[in-house]
Amino acid sequence: MKEAVITVNKLTKKFGDFIATNEVTFEVDKGEIFGFLGANGAGKTTAMRMLCGLSMPSSGSATVAGFDVYKQTEKIKQNIGYMSQKFSLYEDLTVTENIRFYAGIYGMARPAIKEKTAQLLNQLNLTPEANTLVKALPLGWKQKLAFSVAIFHEPKIVFLDEPTGGVDPITRREFWNLIYQAAERGITIFVTTHYMDEAEYCNRVSIMVDGKIEALDTPRNLKKTYNAKSMDEVFLQLARGAKRSDD
Amino acid sequence: MQAVTVDHIVKKYGSKKETVTALDDVSLEVAKGELFGVIGPDGAGKTSLFRILTTLLLADAGNAAVDGFDVVKQYKEIRNRIGYMPGKFSLYQDLSVEENLRFFATIFNTSIEENYDLIKEIYFQLEPFKTRRAGKLSGGMKQKLALCCALIHRPVVLFLDEPTTGVDAVSRKEFWEMLRNLKKQGISILVSTPYMDEAELCDRVALIQSGKIMSIDSPQSIIKQFTKKMWSVRSAEMFRLLNDLQQYSNTEKCYAFGEFHHLVLKNDAEGMDPVMHYLEHLSHHEIEMQVTQPNIEDCFIELMSQ
Repeated sequence: MKEAVITVNKLTKKFGDFIATNEVTFEVDKGEIFGFLGANGAGKTTAMRMLCGLSMPSSGSATVAGFDVYKQTEKIKQNIGYMSQKFSLYEDLTVTENIRFYAGIYGMARPAIKEKTAQLLNQLNLTPEANTLVKALPLGWKQKLAFSVAIFHEPKIVFLDEPTGGVDPITRREFWNLIYQAAERGITIFVTTHYMDEAEYCNRVSIMVDGKIEALDTPRNLKKTYNAKSMDEVFLQLARGAKRSDD
Repeated sequence: MQAVTVDHIVKKYGSKKETVTALDDVSLEVAKGELFGVIGPDGAGKTSLFRILTTLLLADAGNAAVDGFDVVKQYKEIRNRIGYMPGKFSLYQDLSVEENLRFFATIFNTSIEENYDLIKEIYFQLEPFKTRRAGKLSGGMKQKLALCCALIHRPVVLFLDEPTTGVDAVSRKEFWEMLRNLKKQGISILVSTPYMDEAELCDRVALIQSGKIMSIDSPQSIIKQFTKKMWSVRSAEMFRLLNDLQQYSNTEKCYAFGEFHHLVLKNDAEGMDPVMHYLEHLSHHEIEMQVTQPNIEDCFIELMSQ
């Protein structure tokens, strides 16, 4: 049975005259890997901020993990995880301190944190680095750790904002293995990326152009619809028509 | 004479107790008029190399020259002859588009008018916004302005450090079109990028990882050196397929690659039939398998695991 964990209906955000996100409508199912693509300035970040309970929509409706984006933003925050390349872990805290800090914020009990930390470090082969400052870790390890920390409290949904920028091709694939494993456990993955091969790893992909969702389907169907060999071609066809560009 | 010569360069950071080797005995040459790519992930040493060549950082060992001038003894000559676009946006946020451009032109004792033909195609798109402050520009426009400022004194060699990082696929494509046009004007270009697919747009590339150059050649030749047969495989359940193929006894290597998984077999004598049998036995369906052409990313993965 499909079970929607994100439902979005005509969600809109205006900044003055500027319509950053323009009546977007979609649903994301439990355990789905949902790719949220768009050119710089298409309105992805604004949409994502509304879904994370960080920005009040101008109109439309949406629920995330069953909670309303207008009235239950605190509930939403408790039930999601978030990771971006720009902001994730505290560089001046150790690996264990970062885990304890985030788990604490999400209200996990100390014994549970302790037990799960040991498991996680073991799984990531980071046990020898437990007391190492995060800034001393290689980028690839940091990103894998950041993702694991973002889902440490077993959220229903995790939002990943360009999580894999700049890492080597092997680490990038190890990272995607972690994503797949989380999805198998029933965690819904909402991910943005500029790597078009990663769009292929998603169950479904939406492509935003100038604030609207121009296309939403499986990668396979999108390629069929746009008569394209790769997702890169699909993206170029759609985003070439974009009028605006911004970060 | 080469545009750039790098001869056994070593660069280390940190204290005696804890040293990080950013560049480990790196040597390369860039010919005049060449579009040369330095391809590697974050932390590979790309920026250190660029900063040494632009005379902003001293190497611990080795020599380097740009346009025939030594990066240590003749740094002043080099600074007049090169254009440098650092990875981080480094223009004056509080100056307008035009003011930034005029400022950089003046520093190099020239004027916008004198070299306008070189930047015309790029600046043309910025001109409607020339009174806007640089800090208020979009990402793509900032990138174009930075490129104009790096070009305004008509440099002999252009250094672009990760100009396309974090930029969407459309803007990346446009940027590479601009580079190809600049190459036609005879400017030698050194560009670094973590995006493997951009390698194919360069004349030659250096693949770099952990401070070491793994391979230097034209993208076509690097791909030719990949002599193993590469299979692409897909089925209805891609993640299970990946795990199953990685467990398969005759698998040398298998990893996700966009729409397909790429598979290299230990022994290729029997072809695809045994693999198909194995997968059917594990009740995979909609299986597709065919021989495919490796690309630079496959080569990078192969070189990393040697």
